Amino acid sequence: MGELDQNRWGAVGEMRRAVLITVPYAWLLALFLIPFAVVFKISLSDIALAIPPYTPTARDGIWPMLSQLDFENFVFLTDDDLYWKAYLSSLQIASISTFFTLLVGYPMAYAMARAPEQWRPTLLMLVILPFWTSFLIRVYAWVGILSGEGFLNQFLMWTGIVSDPLTILNTNTAVYIGIVYTYLPFMILPIYSALDRLDGSLIEAAEDLGCSRIKAFWLVTIPLSRNGIIAGCFLVFIPALGEFVIPSLLGGSGTLMIGKVLFEEFFSNRDWPVASAVAVILLLILIIPIVLFQRNEQKQVEAEG
Amino acid sequence: MAETVFAPWDDPSEKPLIRFRSVTKRFGDFTAIDDLTLDIFEREFFALLGPSGCGKTTMMRMLAGFENPTDGLIELAGQNIAGVPANKRAVNMMFQSYALFPHLSVWDNIAFGLRRESRDKAAIATRVDEMLKLTRLEKFAKRKPHQISGGQRQRVALARSLAKAPKLLLLDEPLGALDAKLREATQFELMDIQEKTGTTFVIVTHDQEEAMTVASRVAVMDEGRIMQVATPERIYEAPDSVYVADFIGDVNILHGTAKPAGEGTYSVTWAAQTAPITAVSSQPFSEGQSCHLAIRPEKVSIHKDRPEADNAVQGKVLDIAYLGNLSTYHVALPTGEVIKAQVANTRRISRREFTWEDPVWVSWTKTAGVLLAK
Repeated sequence: MGELDQNRWGAVGEMRRAVLITVPYAWLLALFLIPFAVVFKISLSDIALAIPPYTPTARDGIWPMLSQLDFENFVFLTDDDLYWKAYLSSLQIASISTFFTLLVGYPMAYAMARAPEQWRPTLLMLVILPFWTSFLIRVYAWVGILSGEGFLNQFLMWTGIVSDPLTILNTNTAVYIGIVYTYLPFMILPIYSALDRLDGSLIEAAEDLGCSRIKAFWLVTIPLSRNGIIAGCFLVFIPALGEFVIPSLLGGSGTLMIGKVLFEEFFSNRDWPVASAVAVILLLILIIPIVLFQRNEQKQVEAEG
Repeated sequence: MAETVFAPWDDPSEKPLIRFRSVTKRFGDFTAIDDLTLDIFEREFFALLGPSGCGKTTMMRMLAGFENPTDGLIELAGQNIAGVPANKRAVNMMFQSYALFPHLSVWDNIAFGLRRESRDKAAIATRVDEMLKLTRLEKFAKRKPHQISGGQRQRVALARSLAKAPKLLLLDEPLGALDAKLREATQFELMDIQEKTGTTFVIVTHDQEEAMTVASRVAVMDEGRIMQVATPERIYEAPDSVYVADFIGDVNILHGTAKPAGEGTYSVTWAAQTAPITAVSSQPFSEGQSCHLAIRPEKVSIHKDRPEADNAVQGKVLDIAYLGNLSTYHVALPTGEVIKAQVANTRRISRREFTWEDPVWVSWTKTAGVLLAK
C-alpha cells in the first residue's frame, strides 16, 4: 500500500473512531444530561399554581429566570426530618434486601454453573422467564400470596404450623420479599457468568493441595466470583434504593422509602420543585455506588486483558 | 568407580511405591482403564504415554484422588488409597492448565498448600523461598500469574506442587503449552529437579520424544491397557508389539511368514517376488507363523550398487524428506511396498548422492529389525 493510501485510510479510520466515540456521548447528553439539567433547574425553582406548576420558566427570559433560582428547596429538605429519614430508611432497606438477594442468588447461580452443560441454557431461560410478565403484575401477585388470607397463610394454617395468620403484607418484610424476588435475576446472572468462567481444575488444585471442599469454596470459588458478586450487588442495590412500586404495593404506612416520598411530592402535593430536589439528592447518593460499580467493571476488564 | 544403575524394577526385593492391581475404571458404558496391573517404584520418573483417550489421564486422576477405580486396588506405599480424598493424599499434581490461582501472587500460590498444614509462618516462608530458588522464580514472587510468561507459569505450577514435598508428583502434560525450544530446556530442568528432590514423578504425555527424554521407564498405553512398560531404550529398540513399534518413532513394518533357519535365526518370506529376509529373534517363531518385522529407518542404509549385506532389496527413490540434520528416503520396491531409509547429512547438501526416481538398493543387517508376533 502506498504512503498516500495509508494516509487516506488513516484519516478515514480517525473519522470513524470519532463517530464511534460521539454516538454514546450524544446519547448520554440527550437522554441523561439534558433531562438532568431540566430537573436540576426545576429543583431550584418555586412552586406555582400554573402550568407547568413552578416558576420561573424560560418564558420569563433566560436572565430573569436564572436570577430567580435559589437553593431554598434543598434547605427545606434538611429542615424536615421526613426526608433524611426516608433516605436513610431507603439505604437500609436496599442494603438488607441486597444482602438477602445475594444469599438466595449465590446458591442458585452456583447450582446453575455446576449443572450439566446441556441444562444450562434452559436454567438461564428460567431465570429470565419472569421478565416476560409485567413487573407490576408480578408484584401484585405477591399481595395475593402474602395477605392475611393469602396463599401463604392458608398453607401455613392448613399444615398447622401457625394457628393465626401471619401479618406479612404491608410490613417491611413484604418489601424485602418483593425486592429479593424482583431483583434476583440481576444478582444471579453476573454471579453465574463469573462462576461459569471459573476453571474447574482450580478447585481440584485446591483440593490437591490439601483443602476440603468447603475450604476450597471459600479460598478459591468465592474470591474468583467476587467481581460477579460485586456487580450483582450493585445491580440490585442501585434500583432498589429508588424503588417505588414495591414499597407502595407491599409496604405499609411504616415503610419509608425515598421513591414513595418522591411520588407523593410529585403527584399528591404537586410540588415539582421539592420533588426535583429529592430526585437530585437521590441521584447524588446513587453516583457513589455507580462509580464504584464502574470501577469494579473496569478492574475486571483489566485483569482479564 | 562403577556407577550403580537405577533399576529398582529389576530388583525383586524392592517394594514398589505405587501398585495398580487389576484396576478397571468405567464411565457408564465406556471402559477407560481395563484390568490394569502396574508397579511404579520410588524415585522413578515414570511416563504414561499414549494417544488421547487411551486412559492415561484417568490413571493419573485416580492417583490424585479425583476418580476412584470401579474395580481393583491402588496402593501407595503399601496402603490402599481408594476412598482417601485428594486433600488427604501425599500426592500432588501439576495440572495441564497449571491451574494457578489467578487472585494470588506467585508467592501465595506456592504457599497455598503449606498454609493448609498448620505450619508456622517462618517455616512456610523458608519453604516457599526454597521453592522459588529451585525454580529460579525469586524475581517474580510478587507478580500475579497473568503478569508472567508461560514458561514461568509452568515453573510456578511445579514449585507449588513440590512445595509440600509429596511422596509422588503427578504431571499432566506439563509442557504441552510451551514452544518447542522452551519445552526441550524445561525437560532437562524437570529431570534435574526430580533428581535433586528425589521425588517420584509420574508424567502423562502424548509426546513420545518427551517421554523418552525424561523418563526412567515408559508405559505405552492404548485403549485403557498397557501395551509395554520398559526403559526408553528397550521401548525403542525392543518393542514387543507392532503398536508400540509404530507409536514410538518412525518404523518400517514388513509383514510376512517366518521359517526357522538355524539358532535364533529366521527367514521371513514377504511380498512374494523378493528374496526372504534373514532376521534374528530371541522370541521363538514356528514354521509358517505370521509375523511382522519392524526396522527403524536409521538402521536401513541406502546404496547405489548392490551392497554386501544380510538383506538387500532394490527399488527407486519415491520421496525425500529433508530434515536438516537427517534425510529420510522413501524407496518404492517393485511390489509397491515403501521402505524408509534415514541417512545423517554429514556433508553439505550441495551434492546429494541420490535424487528422485534414482534406482537404489536398501539394505539392513539381520539384527537390525525386531520380529514381532502381534
